[in-house]
Amino acid sequence: MIGGLFIYNHKGEVLISRVYRDDIGRNAVDAFRVNVIHARQQVRSPVTNIARTSFFHVKRSNIWLAAVTKQNVNAAMVFEFLYKMCDVMAAYFGKISEENIKNNFVLIYELLDEILDFGYPQNSETGALKTFITQQGIKSQALHWSCGLQHQTKEEQSQITSQVTGQIGWRREGIKYRRNELFLDVLESVNLLMSPQGQVLSAHVSGRVVMKSYLSGMPECKFGMNDKIVIEKQGKGTADETSKSGKQSIAIDDCTFHQCVRLSKFDSERSISFIPPDGEFELMRYRTTKDIILPFRVIPLVREVGRTKLEVKVVIKSNFKPSLLAQKIEVRIPTPLNTSGVQVICMKGKAKYKASENAIVWKIKRMAGMKESQISAEIELLPTNDKKKWARPPISMNFEVPFAPSGLKVRYLKVFEPKLNYSDHDVIKWVRYIGRSGIYETRC
Amino acid sequence: MTDSKYFTTTKKGEIFELKAELNSDKKEKKKEAVKKVIASMTVGKDVSALFPDVVNCMQTDNLELKKLVYLYLMNYAKSQPDMAIMAVNTFVKDCEDPNPLIRALAVRTMGCIRVDKITEYLCEPLRKCLKDEDPYVRKTAAVCVAKLHDINAQLVEDQGFLDTLKDLISDSNPMVVANAVAALSEIAESHPSSNLLDLNPQSINKLLTALNECTEWGQIFILDCLANYTPKDDREAQSICERVTPRLSHANSAVVLSAVKVLMKFMEMLSKDLDYYGTLLKKLAPPLVTLLSAEPELQYVALRNINLIVQKRPEILKHEMKVFFVKYNDPIYVKLEKLDIMIRLASQANIAQVLAELKEYATEVDVDFVRKAVRAIGRCAIKVEQSAERCVSTLLDLIQTKVNYVVQEAIVVIKDIFRKYPNKYESVIATLCENLDSLDEPEARAAMIWIVGEYAERIDNADELLESFLEGFHDESTQVQLQLLTAIVKLFLKKPTETQELVQQVLSLATQDSDNPDLRDRGYIYWRLLSTDPVAAKEVVLAEKPLISEETDLIEPTLLDELICYIGTLASVYHKPPGAFVEGGRGAVHKSLPPRTASSESTESPETAPAGAPSGEQPDVIPAQGDLLGDLLNLDLGPPVSGPPLATSSVQMGAVDLLGGGLDSLIGGPNFVTPPAATVPANLGAPMGSGLSDLFDLTSGVGTLSGSYVAPKAIWLPAMKAKGLEILGTFTRQVGSISMDLQLTNKALQVMTDFAIQFNRNSFGLAPAAPLQVHAPLSPNQTVEISLPLNTVGSVMKMEPLNNLQVAVKNNIDVFYFSTLYPLHILFVEDGKMDRQIFLATWKDIPNENEAQFQIRDCPLNAEAVSSRLQSSNIFTVAKRNVEGQDMLYQSLKLTNGIWVLAELRIQPGNPNFMLSLKCRAPEVSQHVCQAYETILKN
Repeated sequence: MIGGLFIYNHKGEVLISRVYRDDIGRNAVDAFRVNVIHARQQVRSPVTNIARTSFFHVKRSNIWLAAVTKQNVNAAMVFEFLYKMCDVMAAYFGKISEENIKNNFVLIYELLDEILDFGYPQNSETGALKTFITQQGIKSQALHWSCGLQHQTKEEQSQITSQVTGQIGWRREGIKYRRNELFLDVLESVNLLMSPQGQVLSAHVSGRVVMKSYLSGMPECKFGMNDKIVIEKQGKGTADETSKSGKQSIAIDDCTFHQCVRLSKFDSERSISFIPPDGEFELMRYRTTKDIILPFRVIPLVREVGRTKLEVKVVIKSNFKPSLLAQKIEVRIPTPLNTSGVQVICMKGKAKYKASENAIVWKIKRMAGMKESQISAEIELLPTNDKKKWARPPISMNFEVPFAPSGLKVRYLKVFEPKLNYSDHDVIKWVRYIGRSGIYETRC
Repeated sequence: MTDSKYFTTTKKGEIFELKAELNSDKKEKKKEAVKKVIASMTVGKDVSALFPDVVNCMQTDNLELKKLVYLYLMNYAKSQPDMAIMAVNTFVKDCEDPNPLIRALAVRTMGCIRVDKITEYLCEPLRKCLKDEDPYVRKTAAVCVAKLHDINAQLVEDQGFLDTLKDLISDSNPMVVANAVAALSEIAESHPSSNLLDLNPQSINKLLTALNECTEWGQIFILDCLANYTPKDDREAQSICERVTPRLSHANSAVVLSAVKVLMKFMEMLSKDLDYYGTLLKKLAPPLVTLLSAEPELQYVALRNINLIVQKRPEILKHEMKVFFVKYNDPIYVKLEKLDIMIRLASQANIAQVLAELKEYATEVDVDFVRKAVRAIGRCAIKVEQSAERCVSTLLDLIQTKVNYVVQEAIVVIKDIFRKYPNKYESVIATLCENLDSLDEPEARAAMIWIVGEYAERIDNADELLESFLEGFHDESTQVQLQLLTAIVKLFLKKPTETQELVQQVLSLATQDSDNPDLRDRGYIYWRLLSTDPVAAKEVVLAEKPLISEETDLIEPTLLDELICYIGTLASVYHKPPGAFVEGGRGAVHKSLPPRTASSESTESPETAPAGAPSGEQPDVIPAQGDLLGDLLNLDLGPPVSGPPLATSSVQMGAVDLLGGGLDSLIGGPNFVTPPAATVPANLGAPMGSGLSDLFDLTSGVGTLSGSYVAPKAIWLPAMKAKGLEILGTFTRQVGSISMDLQLTNKALQVMTDFAIQFNRNSFGLAPAAPLQVHAPLSPNQTVEISLPLNTVGSVMKMEPLNNLQVAVKNNIDVFYFSTLYPLHILFVEDGKMDRQIFLATWKDIPNENEAQFQIRDCPLNAEAVSSRLQSSNIFTVAKRNVEGQDMLYQSLKLTNGIWVLAELRIQPGNPNFMLSLKCRAPEVSQHVCQAYETILKN
């Protein structure tokens, strides 16, 4: 199991050091600094073995988190734990930065004591932790500690422990809202790799359903979407419905759920039922590869004119309903390292050559569906005697569209709370779809 | 006076200041001071001097302060054990606190203080906490047992904590169950033999129920524990799989991977015809693909595991090639792993796409990645024949880029393509030769030299090219030197007239001016070959090369199976068994996949089924001794593909000689080289004759013709220790001739040939009566059964134990050593029946101190049956008496070396325990004779 956990700043100075096992000594702290943080070469693996000691690390901005062990631990678990640790810290004091970590080191030690015992991860749900690790994170300079445990009543204490260890570790009882409300965000990122000739080499959508719930009591929720398997199953009875809704259903390659979802029920009936945590959480993640709506098509044309000049022309076409608007469109056209000057002409938006990024960045604020726009550029090159040809990195694109490129639709989200007097109809529900570009590249 | 003194005073001053603050009356000030102490501790300053002052702050009702003090204690208690005792009272008191959070905190912290004196005080509070009414306290106490076990294992056992921990597996709270499972698994790992985690269908059911209810981490603990269980049949395996599959949809990748591990392992037991088997295969693919959209570090872990899964069950991901395409922004470690998997999944169906991708990658920036991409193109050519031509032209395009490392990598792989498809692509040789000067890496130089030597007849200036390399011969690496030597000899054999001078030059360079033994030996062998028999030299050096295998870099099947049992863990990331990177005993247990067991066929538990030999007879492999020799033979065989083929043939030829001398000196046995064929008839003659005469005796006497008892074959040499060669064996004695029945299985990836066997000197002079005859080469996964006749005329040396036999087996890969114990009854000769009178006289003659008494327990046979059964193994009943209701059998037997053993066997009707008295002039055999009795009577 995890033998120790260290947090370093970008210089390799230790900010937090917590050792769980006797086999990890102080020298492990230095070994990681010397061999990984100060390594001459770029790190080639997130797992490093130094003198029979294994180091797992992740980086958040310029902070290094390293877990250390001498055993054959579950590697996937260690990384999942490190990510979770980052989430928990972020939930307590915001961004993970050197200043925040120094200001909150007592809190971090307290958290580390609670969520890792002898190197075994324990309950790490922020909702549950906040009930008894009540130090407020310090986001600014102002110091104010509120420490409450000793004022809790006995009932409160046992309620805490049963929640931390219980079946529903992510939600406490007795939550009350005057207005029961929930928000569903379907957030998708569409990924594309296209050949210069316009052939789709790979495309997939990875999506997330994020839920913000402000519901009283212990509500039982049921979530439904236009999942092909469910719709086909239901459609067997009424043939009409199959033909009507069958078209709109989508094939989900795979999905994973927040731990509140009853997986065995999903496995047997493909229904998604759960008691949600309070506040915001990620209900599910999914991936689709079939019938993806690719919101933009990029058509590149690169011509080398002699050894010192390149001509680039890029056309983008929007491919969705004309009534919808795409936003934050950015096209990034890489330029060779020996670029000396660039002239750009574009029909719409603004384009600039950014020497430090070796790219021409073309930005368009808004663009409606079924439109087309074009940029052309002349790139002057310095003559070099470097034999190696320019690698021509792909043209990448960023955008945001108000629909789900996978075609996913939320069909319902039903809420039942038998003990309290509000029904499904009383809950105010909001649904929003956002499609963003993931890695959206066209080779040129 | 130096500056350092100044620094120490400041430090002292600082500590002094803190001391004052810690002893302040004001709570806030105290707390701030403790925080400062913790901060100094974190940066590595020594604040142990403040121990008493900090411990004084422990008695507080402020929980935050208490936690800080505990943190300090955990760090420094070990360095100040006497002071740490001061804290015990507070701990014990806290364990009784009405607040469960404080009780848990106390027991959690106490377990982290590794001071013996404190450990003693921990037992009582821990016992209470394990039975606490609050689940939070119980789950903390469960982990504490593991902590205590790490400090003092004996104490945990004596105090009975292990039983309490086992009870917690049935706890009503899922988190308590999960932590108890984690603690038990860890403790069990350090006691591989103990049956601590006694998994049975009932406890498995409890775990599966808890699986649905506990936290994500708890699910991982439980799944990892489940993976250690071996279901009793395929039905149980299937029902567990069905309950584990829902976990594949969990958001936590570690839960998914652990579930995959359980499924991959239990799938072994399912029949491929089962519908469920197919369903399971289909269910595995999507979650594995989903892992690739996780954060890069997890992607890396997932990819390393997918690499194993693809090798074990390629059908799972065969349609998912596209998801492994490299993205421009992937971290380099993800890119390299993806590339590896792409090659494994490449097939005729997707090769066009793969090649297009690989060509794209070959123009990227990262040198390692580009190299690997180029190499991958070569591997595609070898794997998919239809694509070979396109691959070669792609490689030629890449050579035209003149990027140094790309060219070198391309040449290395083109050499392999030549070997796979001879006489097809040699037209490109001219292009390759143009790049001769730019090669500066040994592997590329060696490859190019091989090409020149191999195709010397087609390259007009081959001699010039090779001569140019010869100038700096001594500065080259061994790899290049060996290759150059071989290439020039090849050239000479092909164009003898023009190159005589060149070959002499290289031979003298290799033999006289080099101090590398490999090079020198190879030089001498060539020299002798060329000087004695040029025709033979041609046959050897220019021999047809064996085909190279399609798949390269595959993990050995035995290791792969072991790694499949470690999916998700570090072992699967490193692709090494845990023993390779974990210290101590923890990694020592080898895991293996369960055997396929159908429910209808067998009710035996799989643990006992395959174990042919009683545990006492487990053979042990003689370590290290032979490694030197093995290395000698192995040195330049290289990896299956890139190894220079000529080297293979030449070394094999050399091996006979090397081996003969080497083995002799190492083991000191009879001459290995002289085939003992001539002596066979003579040796066999004697026992045969006596066997024949005995035959009559047998038929008249008992009427069984079965020969002596034969034990089932046991594993003598596990594949893991012999580079894939597995040997099972047993000894038989049939009508006077002893033989060793062997079953050889090739579990490696390459063909095995050139088998030979030799025994070390042993107590009874056992030796092979004929060479080991394996007629055809043993291809991968093939098994062959051989009966090796033995005689007893070999050299004699007393072994410990007496019946120990050390064996060396050689094949084209290496020499392997193992030792085994043979049952003594194979040495009981057929003419071992003593005359009554002589028996009596001898019995009296042998002094009483040579008499040994044994008890043979639990033998249900009567005197009649005993007698006949023993007789078939050449233990003869000379006389029989009945004294006071007991049957007394007087028996005699003779060993191959002429030693007589006399026995008195006392059998009381109704009592399954027999008394055996043995008298013999060489009393050390008695014990083994008794063992033989037991073996014969009980089987």
